Amino acid sequence: MTSKRIVLHFPHRLVDQPIVYKLVKDFNLSFNILKASVTPQEEGLMVLELSGQDADFKKGMDYLQSSGLKIQPLSEDVKRNQAKCTDCGVCVPICPVQALAVDPTNRKVIFYEDKCIACELCIKICPAHAMEIHF
Amino acid sequence: MKTIAEINQKIKKGDVVVVTAEEIIDLVGKKGAQKAAQEVDVVTTGTFGPMCSSGAYFNIGHSKPRIKIGGGICKINDVPAYTGLAAVDLFLGAAALPDDDPRNKVYPGEFRYGGGHVIEEMVAGKDLRLEAVSYGTDCYPRKKLETMINIRDLNEAVLFNIRNSYQNYNVAVNLSDRMIYTYMGALKPNLGNANYSCAGQLSPLMKDPYYKTIGIGSRIFLGGGIGYVAWHGTQHNPGVPRKDCGAPACGAGTLSVIGDLKQMKSEWLRGTSMFGYGVSLAVGIGVPIPILNAEIAAYAAIKDEEIYTQVIDYSQDYPQFESRKLGEVNYAQLRSGTIVVNGREVATGALSSYSKAKEIAETLKGWIRKGEFLLTEPVAALPGAESGYAVRPLRERPMY
Repeated sequence: MTSKRIVLHFPHRLVDQPIVYKLVKDFNLSFNILKASVTPQEEGLMVLELSGQDADFKKGMDYLQSSGLKIQPLSEDVKRNQAKCTDCGVCVPICPVQALAVDPTNRKVIFYEDKCIACELCIKICPAHAMEIHF
Repeated sequence: MKTIAEINQKIKKGDVVVVTAEEIIDLVGKKGAQKAAQEVDVVTTGTFGPMCSSGAYFNIGHSKPRIKIGGGICKINDVPAYTGLAAVDLFLGAAALPDDDPRNKVYPGEFRYGGGHVIEEMVAGKDLRLEAVSYGTDCYPRKKLETMINIRDLNEAVLFNIRNSYQNYNVAVNLSDRMIYTYMGALKPNLGNANYSCAGQLSPLMKDPYYKTIGIGSRIFLGGGIGYVAWHGTQHNPGVPRKDCGAPACGAGTLSVIGDLKQMKSEWLRGTSMFGYGVSLAVGIGVPIPILNAEIAAYAAIKDEEIYTQVIDYSQDYPQFESRKLGEVNYAQLRSGTIVVNGREVATGALSSYSKAKEIAETLKGWIRKGEFLLTEPVAALPGAESGYAVRPLRERPMY
């Protein structure tokens, strides 16, 4: 058995393809969608836990690769560079999973790494470039 | 009741009483403005956020042979500086971008480096690349200059910001159905978030709303060092509607500030990138308010709950210069994490760092207590609420 949490980025040409369905039908994998945001004409994002027999899992991943999706393991780390962060908090409402929050006691920004799904939105919008991705 | 000269005597003797703009709120709440004014000499304020109308001027010294950069082209770390001055004087704006930055050609642009970042690196003491080309004259024959420069070698390096420290600011939301990228940050579609940018109860002009003590010549905390109020800032607009406490209910007064860049710290002057918009400079400013009487103490005690601002749509209304307002909220609501707009709960985000603003107010408090920072008597007042001074839109006229 293999079980992994992965992040799939769907280019908009693939948003209308039944990709997750094929993972079940053709590769015998089971999935649990942790987060999904798929809208027409925009890049889609899906975070899912995928599990199945080792051989099936490998084939399923090969299928995902060949279909043109961008795949990231969820263990990919988003880190906050404390020296650069100014604790403004503009990232807080942008984060889709509330991994960023303001501590009401001191108004500093808290980053809950365990909640992060590595969507990278905060990395783009942080004015101080304090959010970094580490591979 | 008290004069600035008397407060300065206390600072020199080491028995001055200084509290921050946060601390004065409780004090006035408990003891009343009259008592608080007797006890407290100075209230320190602070603000830290991106302020685009910032910049710095430099005199780099004459090369041998001499070059007249004035009227030529000059870049520092690829970022163009303004050269319409004498031979070796330059002005670098915080929002300047390298010529080869793609801007929004690939939308939304990243804007990773610009004038604000050059200023931050210069203050941090880094060597920077300066390239200049010019046309050559009899007295300035050289046409090309390429050299590393460092702030310690410049004759002058002066921060000169023409509009900083806005007294209040809009809350930005997006009513459209697509993500938009503004100077107020990324705004998610359909009221996805609400961004604001004001230190509220810590903000300098908010705590002296009628400019009774802050004026031209006021000595301030600027970029981690000492600076001065040079003038009222551009777009100064003191005559807007105000609440009973005196705080304006939308953007109002502004400050133009100046100070020697060589004694500032890069921690308090930070280059910033607004995705899809451009670059800027986050500036740290703290203004001391001398508590000369009970009235000034009462103003200094204005709190977030009393400070209101307007919610504005940045997808249509702001770009088209429409005056529609979607509602009015106060800073206590904004800081709670959500506000209600058009009947919906919307998550808030701040561009201005409250914790840094507080750190500035604390730092300035420390300087004054230690006798390192004396207050100044303003040499002239800022245009006030009753002055009739107001910001005007552009009146476009056909060219002839």
